[in-house]
Formats: sequence, C-alpha cells, structure tokens
Amino acid sequence: MKALTAGLIGLCAAWLAFNLAALAYGESPLQLLVILYRGTWGTWYGAGQVLYKATPLMLAGAAVTFALRAGLFNVGVEGQAALAGLGSAAMATLFSRAVQNGSHSAHFLFVIAHWIVILATSLTIGCLWALIPALLKVRFGAHEVVSTIVLNRIADAIIGFALASGLALRGTVRTADVPLHLARLDAIRLSKFRGSAVSIALFVGLAVVLLAGVVLRRTVMGRELALIANGPRACEAARVPIKRRIVQAMLVSGAIAALVPLGAVFGFKGYYELGLGAGVGFAGIAVAILGDGRPEGIVISALVLATLEQGGLSLNGVLPMEVMDVLKAIIIIVVAWASGTLKRTLGSVATA
Amino acid sequence: MGERNAEADVGIGGDGMSAIVTATHVIAIAAPYGCAALGGVWSERSGVVNIALEGMLIVSAFVSIAVHAATSSAWLGLIAGIVAGAMIGFVHGLLVERAGVHALLSGLGLNLFAVGITRVGLRALYGSSSNSPNVSGFGWPIDPTVILAIGSTIVTIIVFRSTVFGLRVRACGESPNAARACGVDVFWTRVMAVSVGGAIAGIGGVALAFDLRQFQSGMTSGRGFVALALVVVSGWRPGRVFVLALVFSLLDWLQIAAQEKLGVFGFVVQTLPYVATLVGLAAVRPGQSAVAPKGLGISANA
Repeated sequence: MKALTAGLIGLCAAWLAFNLAALAYGESPLQLLVILYRGTWGTWYGAGQVLYKATPLMLAGAAVTFALRAGLFNVGVEGQAALAGLGSAAMATLFSRAVQNGSHSAHFLFVIAHWIVILATSLTIGCLWALIPALLKVRFGAHEVVSTIVLNRIADAIIGFALASGLALRGTVRTADVPLHLARLDAIRLSKFRGSAVSIALFVGLAVVLLAGVVLRRTVMGRELALIANGPRACEAARVPIKRRIVQAMLVSGAIAALVPLGAVFGFKGYYELGLGAGVGFAGIAVAILGDGRPEGIVISALVLATLEQGGLSLNGVLPMEVMDVLKAIIIIVVAWASGTLKRTLGSVATA
Repeated sequence: MGERNAEADVGIGGDGMSAIVTATHVIAIAAPYGCAALGGVWSERSGVVNIALEGMLIVSAFVSIAVHAATSSAWLGLIAGIVAGAMIGFVHGLLVERAGVHALLSGLGLNLFAVGITRVGLRALYGSSSNSPNVSGFGWPIDPTVILAIGSTIVTIIVFRSTVFGLRVRACGESPNAARACGVDVFWTRVMAVSVGGAIAGIGGVALAFDLRQFQSGMTSGRGFVALALVVVSGWRPGRVFVLALVFSLLDWLQIAAQEKLGVFGFVVQTLPYVATLVGLAAVRPGQSAVAPKGLGISANA
C-alpha cells in the first residue's frame, strides 16, 4: 500500500513536470497528453510497442532485484545482457549452418534442439559474466558496483572486437539474420497488435519475473539471501553459507540478464547489432527499485517506464523525447523520497 | 571512445618534443577522470556515497560550453561549469541527508536527469541532437582547467590533512554520531563537502568540453563511473587518486593510439585500462591499504 502511494506521488510529480515542459514549449499540456495516450495505450499498435519495450525492462528489473535481495547491486546487467545477446545471435546462425546439411531443418525436434542450444549459450554467457564480479567480491572483497561498471566497459570492447573480427556482416555492425524467431503477437488471428514488435518474449518475461518472485519469497535460498542483506550476525548464527549464496545470487541475476535481449534479437530485429538495448542495465535498476522487490511492482514499473519511452517517441515532433528521461529521473527520485519502505529494503547496501 | 581520434594520435616514442606533447595529452585526458574522482573522494570522505559523478561531469561540460558560447568568455564558461557541478552536488547532498533518499537512488536519478537535461538543452539551444557549435576555449599552451585540476588536488590534500573543515569532513565520514556529539553540524558539513566535490568534478567536465572545444551528446561516456572505481582503488585518498588518474590516462592514451590497429593486439590494448582497474580493485585488500570511511552511507540520526 505504501509503495503504491509512493508510486502515485511519483507519477503526479512527473505529470506536473510534464505540464511545465509542455508550457515551456508553448504547447497545451492536455493536447500533449492526448497525443501521448494515442501513441501508447490508446491504440493496439501503441500498446504493443509499450509491451515490447517493457519486456527487457521487467527482465532487467528481475535480474537486479534478485541480486539486490542479497544486498548486491548488479550494475552489470548491461554488459551481461549485451554479451548474451551477441552470443545467442551468433550461436543461432552457427548452429543452423552446422546442421544445414540435414534436409529436415524444419523438423520439430530440430527447432527444439536449436532453441536449447541458443538458450544454453545465452545463459552460460550471462552467468559467466556475472561470475567474475561475484568471485572478485567473495575472494578479494572488491565491491560489485565498481567491478560490474568496469566489466560493462570490457564487455563493450569484447563486442566491438567480436563484431569487427568476423561476427558482423561485412561493412556493418550487425550479425547475420537468425534462422528462427519468436512468434509475434500480431501473428495471432484474434489479436490486433498489427505491426507492433511485441512477441511471446513478453510471456517469457512475465514468467521469469513471477518465478524469481516465488524463489525469493518461498525458497530457502530466497530467505537466506534476505538474511545476508540484513543480518550478517544472524547469518553466522543460522550457518548461512554467505559466500556460496552470494555467488549463486549473482549467477541467477546474470542468467536472468541473459534473457533481456531475447525479445529484441529473436522477436523483432532478427539479428544482434552494436548498441542494441544500450542503457537497459540502469533502467533495470530503476525498475527494481520502483518495483520494491515485488513481481507485480516490477511489472508495473516496467510498464510505466516503457510507456514514457514509447510516449516520448510519439511526442517527438512536438517535444524532444529526451524530456521523458528527465521525467523518469523525477519519478525515481520522488518515489525514493516518498517511500520509506525502500530505505528499509536497501538500508544495508553501501558502496564501499 | 572514438571522439579523440586522429588529432590525439601523436607519435609514440620519437623525440623529446613529441614526448612533451604526449605528456600534455595524457594530462588532458587525465583531468576529467582525476577531477571526478577527487569529487568522489570529497563526497565519500564525508560519508555520502556518490555515483552522480557522471551527471556532474556532463552537466558542467554542457553548461560551460553554453555559457562560453553565449558570452564568448571562456572564463565565464569555466565558472558556470564549476557552479553547475556544485549545484548537482548540493542537490545530491540535500536529497540524501535531508530528504532521506537512498544515496544510490539519488545518484542514479541525478545521472539520468543530467543526461536528459543536457540533451534537451542541446536541442533547445542549438537545435541539434549530437553536438554544440565550436567555442574558442582558452587557447593557452596548458589549459587553465588542467592547472585547476592539479591545484585542487593539492588543496584537497592540505584541507584534509590540516584544516578544521577537513577534519570535520573526515569526522562526519568516519563516525557521524561522534562528530555530532562534538558539536559538528553533520548535515551542513556533508552537504558542503558534496558540493565542493561537485565543483571539482565540474572542473573535470569543463576540461573535457574545452579540450574538444564543443559539447557532444553523451560525451562523458562513462568517465564518471571509471572515476568511481578510481576512488575505491585509491583507498579514498586524494593524492593517490591523482596518480591513478594519470596511470589510467596513460593506458587510455595507448588505447586511443592503438585504435586503428585491429586484431587481438588492438583489442588487448583497448581493454587494458579497464582490466588494470579490475586488477587494482582485487589487489587493494579492504582493511589494509584501502580503508573505506566507516560512516559511509550512515546517517547521523541512526
């Protein structure tokens, strides 16, 4: 209830700022709100676009939330997601090329195997890239905020290098087209999401958010992670394997992060390109924090931020879309201010 | 990373003259990192976690260019940039210490705000989404911002070591409750320290913008976050921050110089500054050479 109130206060503040921005640009706030509504929830296409944009946000939010439950700030979702996106796209093409000789490439079993290989690659990369900060933390006491920030830059360099040395099509910064796709919702007979990019990745996202919530709330692991964040002495008393749990939390976080680019690569673009989904890591932190660690909170905040993003595009002719970044910042700060519960959740997280 | 391409690529090795040119380049690259990290030291030594360094850099870079372009005075631009950095610090201090916003959230929000507002400003003032028009800058052989950067390092060392204000800042960072019991106004001391840190980070933003003679959208490209790492690796010490910034910039300069070289060698060199930072992070064992302020992130009324 408190979180909901805080969220509403945040939205009100953003709405006020939106009106101010509209007036500053000499536009009628009401008219702009109508354009914003039409571009997002007012049409099937707009709603589909919002859902498409909310998918990586909720996954990134879930990834951040999972580590945060143990008091770990995984700022590295950005790099984990980007590397997994490139890796999965590259593996998708490689695998089909390798099996191309077989004529039954459309066979049902083949498709299943293909997806398993893609997912395994993606999850492995995400986990490995999250394992580095986890090990640096438990072995050397390196703070994960700093190490993940640095690892994001290294991931950028790796992606640039990998694309330049063979993974990209000649003269471009994108991989070859992937041979199989996630079904888009506009393909379903009854739906009207015509032309919008939303795919079944949305349901993957929702399922993962839900699953992460259940694991955090209902399993021993989830309880122990909460203990680690809030009571180091209680952990000792309860014999919680702190180091092992920290590594596990980061691994799961990295695995969820690896799913972030799924919708964009396999549901919409059909390839990975340089800079695809950039900024999703920090957006994920915002989602996690606004969502207050709850699945429904994560989904709602992802939808709000995605609405602002898509709304910014629809307003772009009238109002620079960067105004929406400012609105997002206002929401984050105001909600953080308005909600005392957040402080309790995060109290034990300190940068040092 | 590509913004300082060919012009920065002056001979590796070679005669004494080019060695001097190289040194000036390395120092020019170091100024934004060093200033931002020094700003972080100010903030965190007072006990306020600060990930808003990136936002401070970009806002001061933008404001300095905007004021410079409007008044055609580089000095006014420099002052405006410093004030802008200090303002962000001031707001961060207020949000964390008075409004009770978690420092990481405040920092995250301010960074997002800074990136957004500079882009909006770029569109509003110059109708561009990528860069501002060129400004003249100072045109001195050694840029005043670089001199200020070195100066503020020295001043910081002196202030922390042997002034009452410095002692209060450190007291607030180590043990806010003890500081309060001794009659120190923890709230104002921290807000002042974060603001001073913002001003110094602002020098870094101005140095970056004046070095390129223009503002480019997203031109800080993560320097504030690298600075954050430097703060930790230095063990929150201003002198070491300065040295580390120079070392990092030397590696960064090598990276720029080697950018045309593709292949494994270019890749290794490109990641060298970051891998070195990671190794540094792992090498400084907490409790030995690097000790975080004990009151970091703890408020006085706890």
